Amino acid sequence: MVSGLINANPVIYEKKERRVRSAPSVGDDEHAVEPIDQLEFEARFVRVFIFLTFLNHIRDIKDPEHPYSLEELKVITEDAIEVDDNHSYVRVTFTPTVEHCSMATVIGLCLRVKLMRSLPQRYKVDIRVAPGTHATESAGNHSILGWRESDVGCF
Amino acid sequence: MAEPSQLTQHIESFVDSSCSSTQQAASLDAIVSFVKNDVVTISSLVREMEMYLTTTDSIIRARGILLLGEALKCLSSKPLDAATIHSLMSFFKERLADWRALRGALVGCLALVKRKSGGMVTSSDAKGVAESFLQNLQVQSLGQHDRKLCFELMECLLEYYPHAVASLGDDLIYGICEAIDGEKDPQCLMLAFHIMEVLVQVFPDPCGPIESFASDLFGILSSYFPIHFTHPKAEEDVEVKRDDLSRALMLAFSSTPLFEPSVIPLLLEKLSSSLSSAKVDSLKYLSYCTSKYGAERIAKHAGVIWSSLKDAIFTSGQSFVLSLTPESLGGLGCQENEIAAEALALLEKVVIQNNDLFSSMIVGDEEINMVLNSITGCQSYNEIPLQSTQKLYSVGRILYVSVKASVASCSRIFQYFFSCLMESMGLPVVNGSGTCSFNDDCIISKRPNHGSLYLCVELLGACRDLVISSGDLASQCVSANETWCCLLQRFSTSLSKIFTSTLATSTDKPAHDADVYLGVKGLQILATFPGGYLLVSKSTCESILMTFVSIITVDFNKTLLWKLSVKALVQIGLFIHGSNESEKSMSYMDIVVQKIVSMISSDNHDIPFQLQLEAVSDIGTSGLQYMLKIVTGLQEVICANLAEVYVQGNVKSAKVIIHLLECYSNELLPWIQKYEVFDEVLLQFVVSIWNQIENCMAFPDGIFEKELLDATMKVMKLAVASCSVESQNIIIDKAYTVLSSSTFLSTKDSLSSLQAQLEELEDTQETDKFSSRDEWIHSLFTSVIIALHPQTRIPNIRTVLHFLMIVFLKGYVTAAQALGSLVNKLDLKTSGTEYSGGCTFEEAMDIIFGKNLGCSDHVPAGRSGITGYWSETGLTNLCLGAANSGLLKIHSIVGLAWIGKGLLMRGHEKVKDITIVFLECLQSNGRMGALPLEENNCNWDMRLSAMKCAADAFQVLMSDSELCLNRKFHAIIRPLYKQRFFSTIMPILQSLIIQSDSLLSRSMLYRAFANVVIGTPLIVILNDAKKLIPMVLDSLKLLSKDVLDKDIMYSLLLVLSGILTDKNGQEGVIENAHIIINYLIGFVTYPHKMLVRETTIQCLVAMSELPHTRIYPMRIQVLQAVSKALDDPKRAVRQEAVRCRQAWSVI
Repeated sequence: MVSGLINANPVIYEKKERRVRSAPSVGDDEHAVEPIDQLEFEARFVRVFIFLTFLNHIRDIKDPEHPYSLEELKVITEDAIEVDDNHSYVRVTFTPTVEHCSMATVIGLCLRVKLMRSLPQRYKVDIRVAPGTHATESAGNHSILGWRESDVGCF
Repeated sequence: MAEPSQLTQHIESFVDSSCSSTQQAASLDAIVSFVKNDVVTISSLVREMEMYLTTTDSIIRARGILLLGEALKCLSSKPLDAATIHSLMSFFKERLADWRALRGALVGCLALVKRKSGGMVTSSDAKGVAESFLQNLQVQSLGQHDRKLCFELMECLLEYYPHAVASLGDDLIYGICEAIDGEKDPQCLMLAFHIMEVLVQVFPDPCGPIESFASDLFGILSSYFPIHFTHPKAEEDVEVKRDDLSRALMLAFSSTPLFEPSVIPLLLEKLSSSLSSAKVDSLKYLSYCTSKYGAERIAKHAGVIWSSLKDAIFTSGQSFVLSLTPESLGGLGCQENEIAAEALALLEKVVIQNNDLFSSMIVGDEEINMVLNSITGCQSYNEIPLQSTQKLYSVGRILYVSVKASVASCSRIFQYFFSCLMESMGLPVVNGSGTCSFNDDCIISKRPNHGSLYLCVELLGACRDLVISSGDLASQCVSANETWCCLLQRFSTSLSKIFTSTLATSTDKPAHDADVYLGVKGLQILATFPGGYLLVSKSTCESILMTFVSIITVDFNKTLLWKLSVKALVQIGLFIHGSNESEKSMSYMDIVVQKIVSMISSDNHDIPFQLQLEAVSDIGTSGLQYMLKIVTGLQEVICANLAEVYVQGNVKSAKVIIHLLECYSNELLPWIQKYEVFDEVLLQFVVSIWNQIENCMAFPDGIFEKELLDATMKVMKLAVASCSVESQNIIIDKAYTVLSSSTFLSTKDSLSSLQAQLEELEDTQETDKFSSRDEWIHSLFTSVIIALHPQTRIPNIRTVLHFLMIVFLKGYVTAAQALGSLVNKLDLKTSGTEYSGGCTFEEAMDIIFGKNLGCSDHVPAGRSGITGYWSETGLTNLCLGAANSGLLKIHSIVGLAWIGKGLLMRGHEKVKDITIVFLECLQSNGRMGALPLEENNCNWDMRLSAMKCAADAFQVLMSDSELCLNRKFHAIIRPLYKQRFFSTIMPILQSLIIQSDSLLSRSMLYRAFANVVIGTPLIVILNDAKKLIPMVLDSLKLLSKDVLDKDIMYSLLLVLSGILTDKNGQEGVIENAHIIINYLIGFVTYPHKMLVRETTIQCLVAMSELPHTRIYPMRIQVLQAVSKALDDPKRAVRQEAVRCRQAWSVI
């Protein structure tokens, strides 16, 4: 455990207002299929954010009264999520708050586990550190991608 | 006399600190009751305790004194003589110096000072206590509870003995300052603030000691403002809420005008705080202090107050948004936030208090004038930049509030700004009495800009609200020749023309929405000025009404304008109705109501029919007399159209009539039912419908439309239900007359022939249809029967019963419902001879169950384990398979179900026989099902659906029906009837299911079981949860096999989820955790209903809360099952699946 804070004073961004699904896209048709889309994915990410707030009290956040989520820290923005239901593919790009953040790998892995739990098995999950935002970008990407399924299961 | 040893024992046990607190409390109670009952006197108690009160062991002494104090607290109503009180008081007073045993002394002092009867403390004693308090107590060095006691003591002294303590003078004030300074506990602070408030009242003399201490006192108080809890979460635990504390501090602040020089600057300074709660508090305090300190003192600060107020309103102005919905026409046009609302409230207060000063400041304010000058530059709403609009709206609110504050402020401010606005609109204010020469053309060429329109509407609205607020203000002001009245009188006509032209030139584009809203609102305000036609002339009012009506009839394409106009008319109608102005009411009736009614009847096809109906029903709600007119008009139209349908078979009329009937039953009838004044009108309507049918002997072919009949039946039911008993008597007589004229009854008139017909029906199983006319007659007749009061007298009830039996056996469910309603409401006690044609309840039951139809032979019911016999006759016979035709059998089961429901709801025993019939149906068919060889497939299907029908009869019994047998239709409902039925039927069903040997009948029994469980209130199910869960699961499994059962399966699943999520069901759930999970896993992929899958997964989530050891073994299975649901076609299911996986993967 590293003592002290890596980023003692993170910049807090206002939460973006969540887009709301205007109306049920298909009416009452019992058998119509609603594909997984970006919006739903974001909705699912709300939980990821909550899940990841546990990181906050380990590291970045000073004041326990204000539990910032990764969203508020702009570690993840909704634009950084790409979903393709037809090809069963999802890519998440996240941005660590500071360049030398040692939590980047942990955040990445948490995201990965969470996504594997909340997506059908047919999905390929791809998690990356945004280019140019982290000191050991390639190493980080490597280590996140390099985890085999079984390892993730143990996590 | 109590034994002294007993008393000593109790004293010892209280003093002994090793005893538990409950023991101590018990011994205190015992001692108190000794004294209360005069077994022991106070003085003997004190003597007995002498050792404990004076011992040098401080712990025992503290306990001893506390005992005496607590005892006195409990004896507050016990009379004591003056000497005892004096000696006790001097004892406790001295003990205040004993810091080791302080608690008891404080409790004792408090108890004595608080005494109100039976001997009170003398003033000199009270003064002594106060002195001792000031000398000996270092309040801030004590613990929280002791501090609280100290403050309570001081509060009581100040409240009850103000003169005694006042003589202490400066010492008292100084001592209190010292005691309070630095206090942080909310509960103590509440007391401290109150002490401050009372302290000031103790020294009423403005030049007294308070004056010299005012700044010190305020120095202590001011440090608490604004109240702000640094640990917001802790606030929830404390009893004292922020608002209470804030209010207490406010009372302390405003307690004396002497604080004014320090308070007002502080509050004004805090207005610029970034904390919004501080701003709100400052404004609240300012409002309150304003009324307490008086006009003179506030006037000193007027300039600063006005500029701070203005700032507060302008900066919080982003919240002002014009909401353009029709609903907002009635109230304020803008939404306000808390700061703005408080600021405006303060503004109103200061304007009322100090009109001249503040009015001239508002009138002379540069910023407001600048806004006023700048608005003329921008034509439409969209051209104005956002910031300016907000400023504009803020100015609007300021003007509204200050004009509305008082007549004087209205005169001043309205006069100034209104003249400015009129000039900017091109209506020069010419002095003198000459009427304004208004030129239509000039207005149309120069469209008024949004800003002027808005401010105009605000000013007019403020004026109107001011006039409304007091009774005959309008006539007073007019007679006093107030300037604003003159202005208003002079310009009202021109203004109404301006507003009208705004509406006329606007289009349906969003750019014009704001102007349309303002135009409508302006006209509405002008039309709702109180005081007759004093301020706004009659012709103007009428032309406004005509404008709205013409919009409704012509401009239906402009959605917003149309909706706003209807709403405005409703508001105007409500106002006129409420203000009792007959002249206005008459013109409203003539111009609006008359026109709207004629619009409906005149067959005007320009306006969409739906909109016509909307306008009619909305405007009807504005007043009773208007509704009466509209209802009568609508009824005439309906009857006229009905006639066309009957005589000519006019299909178009039929369509129109369906809309009319729906509007009548959905919109108008619910409103009418609230008022109970329409009895006569409804009666006429119903009777005229019957008349029409009576007069028309032959219906043209092909005009019978199911939809039309259904709509008519619904109206008939609801209308009859809203009638009084007397009217219902007339209606049922009329209906019966028409019924007897139908071919059905007229050919076979007598009772016996009806019976013969019934028998014939049994024999031939003929299900021939009725003719169109007969079908109408009997359908409407059944509707009438369903809606009757229990007291209504049905003529020839025997014939009616027979008739209904025949109709329902032909497959008309409504007849069965009518029969159910009839047996539900039939008086149990009458002898049947009170009026001709009546009959007793028993007789009716005999007719229904056909005692006199066949021979009654007894069949034992031993098979089902039910003891007793029932007569297998008539209807029962039909149900149990005597009838060869399956269809007849199904009809009789359905009929029996409704009759059973009627009986069940009133709690009659006969329902038992009926349920036994159903159970026998479920089983006997199972028995026959074993011999399928003799039967062809068709028959087999019939039997199967008959069994299903019998199982679903339980659903009819248990569920609430919208169509009949509810409060609306005056059913007799015994409390808890469902619970009773549940507890009788459940054991029977359970044992039958266990005994059942055939698969089919078991599945049918499960179906019946499911229906009963679904209909029972959850709380009853929870009591039996343990026993019921396995059966619920089994029936779920059976139901999941057939697609057609998806709805009943869903309802049952909801019951299960209710059990899972409730605490009372937990025990049973834990016990059955494994099987529940196993079954639920099976339903995760149920293909036929999304809600079933969603609920199943929710149930699984609920299961994850159970004790770890019970559910952990199932974890892998659940996760696997739910992972399939992650790829479910439905979004909601996937969301739940994610939640479920999350819940189960962390256990």
